[in-house]
Amino acid sequence: MSAAAATIGSVLSLRRIPLSVLALASFVFVTTALVFVFYVAPNDANQGFSQRIFYFHVSIAFTAYACFVFGAWKAFRHLWKRDPRADLESYVCVHQGTIFGAMVLLTGSIWAKISWGHWWVWSEDELVLFLILYLFYCAYFMLRFSLDPGPQRANLSAVYALFGVVLIPVSFAAIRLAKEFLHPRVFTLSGPRFGGWILVTYCVAQAAMLVLAYTLYRVEIAGKRLDLRLRELRDVMA
Amino acid sequence: MAASRCSKGLVKRNWPYPGHVLTASKLGKRYGEKRVLRGVDLELADGGFLVVTGPNGSGKTTLLRICAGLATPTEGTVERAVARGELGYLGHEPLVYRELTALENLDLYGRLYGVPERRERIGMLLERFGLWEVRRDRVASYSRGMTQRLALCRVLLHDPRLIVLDEPYTALDEAGAELLDSQLEELRGERTFLVSTHDPARVEPFASGRLALA
Amino acid sequence: MTYLRDVGALARKDLLLELRARDTLPAMLLFVAAVFVVFHFALPGTPSRLETTGFLWVAILFTALLGLGRAFVPEREQRTMDGLVLAPCDRSAIWLAKSLATLAFLVAAEIVALPLYALFFHHVGGAIVLAVALADLGICAVGTFLGAMAVVTRARDLLLPLLFLPLAIPIVVGAVGASVAHAPGKYLAFLALYDALFAVVCWGSFEFVVSE
Repeated sequence: MSAAAATIGSVLSLRRIPLSVLALASFVFVTTALVFVFYVAPNDANQGFSQRIFYFHVSIAFTAYACFVFGAWKAFRHLWKRDPRADLESYVCVHQGTIFGAMVLLTGSIWAKISWGHWWVWSEDELVLFLILYLFYCAYFMLRFSLDPGPQRANLSAVYALFGVVLIPVSFAAIRLAKEFLHPRVFTLSGPRFGGWILVTYCVAQAAMLVLAYTLYRVEIAGKRLDLRLRELRDVMA
Repeated sequence: MAASRCSKGLVKRNWPYPGHVLTASKLGKRYGEKRVLRGVDLELADGGFLVVTGPNGSGKTTLLRICAGLATPTEGTVERAVARGELGYLGHEPLVYRELTALENLDLYGRLYGVPERRERIGMLLERFGLWEVRRDRVASYSRGMTQRLALCRVLLHDPRLIVLDEPYTALDEAGAELLDSQLEELRGERTFLVSTHDPARVEPFASGRLALA
Repeated sequence: MTYLRDVGALARKDLLLELRARDTLPAMLLFVAAVFVVFHFALPGTPSRLETTGFLWVAILFTALLGLGRAFVPEREQRTMDGLVLAPCDRSAIWLAKSLATLAFLVAAEIVALPLYALFFHHVGGAIVLAVALADLGICAVGTFLGAMAVVTRARDLLLPLLFLPLAIPIVVGAVGASVAHAPGKYLAFLALYDALFAVVCWGSFEFVVSE
């Protein structure tokens, strides 16, 4: 099992891609995505040009989920394997996830204004879910910054990050259930049907967001590591 | 990995050195940016009595907490040949509930450790440490010395094989200190001790080894 | 068997401590009564059954928070957690025992609170009682776990509501749904699922909360 994972790891080995290449790649991807979203994708029949924010909203949301899940995976690695790098990696994943989560709320809010004329709607499942997750992961930072660096902080952060991935599906189910007694009227959004250029544009936007998130993740990791090594060096000098 | 992983980052393996209860190599511990321990090696044979000395802030408490399994080292490894239930640890805190009586406290620990003939053992210890008369009083009403005696009862309750004592003479009066002396004398050689103190002369007669932290 | 014996010994200790100090349960009772009075004045007009049911759940959740915040205070103030961690019992027994003790306090508070609610507002049906029972399990399991986390931080009492409320939202959904829906079965099942899921997660990961 671990041998297989190691083989896959060495083939992919995202870690080995230099930061400069990643930065360039995310620039290219994001630019391509912008071109596709604004010039290639067809106008939506109902909502016109402004519906194009959909491509960013959904791809950012998926990226945020990916960050949270990846953060929980790293948390699991920390607890189970005692991987010494995993704590920092888990934290940075959650941090990126929270940043992307904030962007989901922002773009979702704009989309809600376009679709329903209000900046906030409780009937949009994904938006409400992200509000809950946003509150949850803000508490993660409160927890983490309320503890001194060390194994205890790593453990508690990791456990809370694991709670997060359990909370995502549970909250999603809860929001669905809540709709039945909170909103007897169900709004239906005539979402864009996938196909042709819409699908291609979405995929490009999704790839761009994932590459961007990974680049940001690597930048933050590199910065934090540098900081740690600087402290160690200072410790040795002292 | 040959050694099986156990909780708390301690590595327990099929003991390669018979007779060794505790082995630590190149132990280091840092809290954030502050380094409290660096490069400590120790070996404690079965029946040994290791005295850890050093000035305040030299990491005695941290070392003992690591050896007891309450903290994980940032560097190096600890290997312990005794199970968690065979370890007795006396820290700076008595680890007893102030709102409970001495009997209730020892009864709780007796149950958790699965001590056989719990009541008899508790009664014997309370009597030996001069707490029998106050056994039904809440610990909050005890003096610091009495609380320390109760903490010693708690440590010895389950007859541990490895006894880790952090400054055991703290707060004890002369009678209490002599009581502890007699206990150490009685158990010396039978049990393994790891004792930290800032007053090495007191435990000099029992010591089989000494580790000075700087 | 040994596990149950350990849980029993630890839970007995918590009940004994509450018996001595008597600070958690009276505080919860007073709080929930005061909250009902506040609700009366905070709800203008004659609130419908639907509205007061929602408020009942707010009251229960915050009363539980009060108790949960106290759960690990003896361990923190008297620093006895090391003693429990050193004991050879499985660490999850510490969580389970504390959850049971907190559950006992919460249920005791609700035995007073629900009749009081019926007296002040609307009658309490069987579905609400069932929902209360199931929600209590989830609240105590997750809340006690987070209480153990919050108690070792610098922010302490401040942190528990922040950690707990996002996780309690599904409980509120299930509980309010079960209380107001004509067919509460689905919501009760959801609550039971939540309880089971999070109990397993808490049980499996408590070890890491109390040990380095």
